[in-house]
Amino acid sequence: MKGQFFSLAARLDQDLASSETLLCNVSAERSDFIRFNKALVRQAGSVSQCYLTLRLLSNRRQASATLALAASDDDLAHAREALASLRTTLRELPEDPWLLINENPQSGDAERRGKLAPSAQVVEEAIGTAHGRDLVGFYAGGTIYRGFANSLGQRNWHEIDTFNFDWSFYRQGDQAVKTGYAGFDWDAAALAGKMAQAGERLELLALPRRTIEPGEYRAYLAPAALNDIVGLLGWGGFSARARQTKQSPLLRMQEGATLSPRITFTENIAEGIAPAFQGEGFMKPPRVVLIDRGELGEPLVSPRSAKEYGLATNGAGGGEAADSLDVAAGTLGEEEVLSALDTGLYISNLWYLNFSDRAAGRITGMTRFATFWVERGRIVAPVTPMRFDESIYRLLGDALVGLTRERELVPDPSTYGERQTSSARLPGALVSRLRFTL
Amino acid sequence: MSSEISVRFRSLRSSAPFWSLRYHDERRESLAMRQDTIEPPSLSFDRGAMLTAIVDGGYGYCATSDLSAAGLQAALDRATRWAEATRGKSVVRYEPSQMDAPRGEYQSAALAEPPSRSAIHDMLAAECTGAKLDDRIVERFAAVGLYDQERAYFTNTGGEVRQRFRFTVPYMRVTANQGTVTQARSLDYEQQGGFELIERSRFAGSGARLAEEALLLIAAPNCPSEKMDLLLMPDQMMLQVHESVGHPLELDRILGDERNYAGTSFVTPDMFGTYRYGSELLNVTFDPTRREQLASFAFDDDGSPAEKVFLIRNGLLVAPLGGRLSQSRAGLPGTANSRACAWNRPPIDRMANINVEPGTSTLDAMVSSIRRGILMRTNVSWSIDDSRNKFQFGCEWGELIEEGRRTRVVKNPNYRGVSATFWRSLRAVGDATTFEVHGTLYCGKGEPNQVIHCGHAAPACVFAGADVFGGAE
Repeated sequence: MKGQFFSLAARLDQDLASSETLLCNVSAERSDFIRFNKALVRQAGSVSQCYLTLRLLSNRRQASATLALAASDDDLAHAREALASLRTTLRELPEDPWLLINENPQSGDAERRGKLAPSAQVVEEAIGTAHGRDLVGFYAGGTIYRGFANSLGQRNWHEIDTFNFDWSFYRQGDQAVKTGYAGFDWDAAALAGKMAQAGERLELLALPRRTIEPGEYRAYLAPAALNDIVGLLGWGGFSARARQTKQSPLLRMQEGATLSPRITFTENIAEGIAPAFQGEGFMKPPRVVLIDRGELGEPLVSPRSAKEYGLATNGAGGGEAADSLDVAAGTLGEEEVLSALDTGLYISNLWYLNFSDRAAGRITGMTRFATFWVERGRIVAPVTPMRFDESIYRLLGDALVGLTRERELVPDPSTYGERQTSSARLPGALVSRLRFTL
Repeated sequence: MSSEISVRFRSLRSSAPFWSLRYHDERRESLAMRQDTIEPPSLSFDRGAMLTAIVDGGYGYCATSDLSAAGLQAALDRATRWAEATRGKSVVRYEPSQMDAPRGEYQSAALAEPPSRSAIHDMLAAECTGAKLDDRIVERFAAVGLYDQERAYFTNTGGEVRQRFRFTVPYMRVTANQGTVTQARSLDYEQQGGFELIERSRFAGSGARLAEEALLLIAAPNCPSEKMDLLLMPDQMMLQVHESVGHPLELDRILGDERNYAGTSFVTPDMFGTYRYGSELLNVTFDPTRREQLASFAFDDDGSPAEKVFLIRNGLLVAPLGGRLSQSRAGLPGTANSRACAWNRPPIDRMANINVEPGTSTLDAMVSSIRRGILMRTNVSWSIDDSRNKFQFGCEWGELIEEGRRTRVVKNPNYRGVSATFWRSLRAVGDATTFEVHGTLYCGKGEPNQVIHCGHAAPACVFAGADVFGGAE
């Protein structure tokens, strides 16, 4: 794949006029997808896809075209057709004052080979290890490729073998334990261990269910639940453009509001699994501190925002969202969580978060999967799904009691368009009050 | 291109008793302007095929962009191996005899071709300029998306379907700010058709209109928090129907396929035919026949012929949303809504066009009937539980209604409720003069994940005693 892409880019470079610059990005994967329901296969198959994006620049004008490649001899002809179409488009455009690309080539290569299981083995082991439980979930595995090449001579490649088995055990109705198993090397014993742990937790759901009245409760948010909150804040929260146009959900922090000094968010490319390069050829710094001990830190600045607002880019993509978000750990030991919670809600997962008032940083969402009522440090009952509505300035501010010492790496399991390479590493959070409304 | 694919398909061989090929070819062009600067135009050419096979009750697929005869044969071989590997392990026994062998065609009703890019950019520039009312306007964004799709479906049993779609999608958004208050107004007009949709959407002049409204909002008080009557305009009815009728009625959710991701449903199979979903004023249909709606088609992606079906009649739940396979699994009737977003994703139950049929009330009559209430339009926030029951939705625009009159604008209007009871509080349904066709290009669901387009047409509707609230002070 790498050789084919770089060779294609070099052939296209030869077609360029002296005034033209060409950026090529490739995003490809060879994936096996297996969907399970009731510990049986619902749908299984393979997808091989390769998308090439050409961005042509000439006389301060730019346009881009994306095409599906077939890994055949026709690809060059199709790419040349797309290039011709872009030349026509450029003739109709004025200069772009916000155009910025990396003109100092920084080539690099990152490849990580894994030991992925044959798909038939995944089917056998997933069904077998469920031991008759109601397993529902989704396995995605295979090789992911990302590449960049430009006519200035820069070449970057990122290739990883990964799998992500995102699954749940259901007891009945909407009662379930959700977990996942992701990595580079498939290990049947590791899967069995995770399924055994989930099975133990599933037993707790057999306790009589409790319905909690709306109101404020002390709560522990497990890392997966905190990930949903942090993920929502990432919808414009770290973006330079959103900050400049006053559309950030952290707008009040721009005006001086602060979070708890325990809160530090970092875009930690150095320790994530996402590529270190972006679409205009800029390299991402190893770390960008987004929130520093409760105070607003640096934004993620795309090249386009950099030109528009007179900022320095830090290699952010066009969406200016974090790819490898790292939430600093606290001091609360995982084994102390239940006793520190004492009486309140243990929330494993949240679901479908959105803003009640974006500018004020007020958010809403649901509990989902295993949420328990805890009394005097002991789980006593699963609880029915509840809706919360809360300000982040309370939740991650004066209501934040502590963060756990241990953190979890949560790879993004989503596959919209393609398998994702983003991830988050974060602790659990204990809060003194969380407001439930429905 | 689909003619060439048809020829190549006929040369394929498999040991499977049933196999099929679904071909997608899509061209997209996005033209946009932000502030006073043209965004770089982007083109997209996406083309590929999914081969599926059924062997002894097992099912497999393989998607490829290599459309040569050899590439398609390799994909069919892989799909066949998947079917063999999953026989005896599938949640349902897939039967070749249940697979349709459809023949037919469909084409969008598109009346006008797009003008030149320059002309479109001039149109976008006019709106962005028009929105620049004062320094409190902090962002202006205008765009047009042009989509052409060709879809074809072939089966080894003689099925052959060709469908061509065109979508033209204008979008405008204006954001205003003062201090810590930021408010936006947007125009999002999503229908099937050609460039005639630009005029139909009232895009011309939308920049200034939306800017004026955004400025009104930043000066407006917060929406009050109390129980009151709620008048939802069609562009918010779209979201209400989508989330709390469409998704709960999807059979694959009811059958548990989506429990790990999109969720389940509070609706169970025994409810069809007996459950009172809403008041007697509520009539909801699956309607693929309105040509201007986003998800109108002649056949779904498993080749089932599409027709209008009542889902809720006079408030009573009568039919679910499920394609041929789900109907067979559940033992229930259904709809032709087995759909895939692209060549590289398999078909699953998707809601397509879900509409609320018009009633008899004029807008004036509905407003006059409200002693204390609120009108809301244009969705801005959406959240609902995994059973599609407890929801909370927010809108860009709110207007208080007091003693039968629209009195003042309020910002951050939100409401929350429970699907199972909310629709029973429906106490007025607007007539055809209030009826509008909307939709969304961005409904997410499925594993692997898929984003697909859905159409929702509805009149304005009044709900009694809704739990309404505003933003933070």
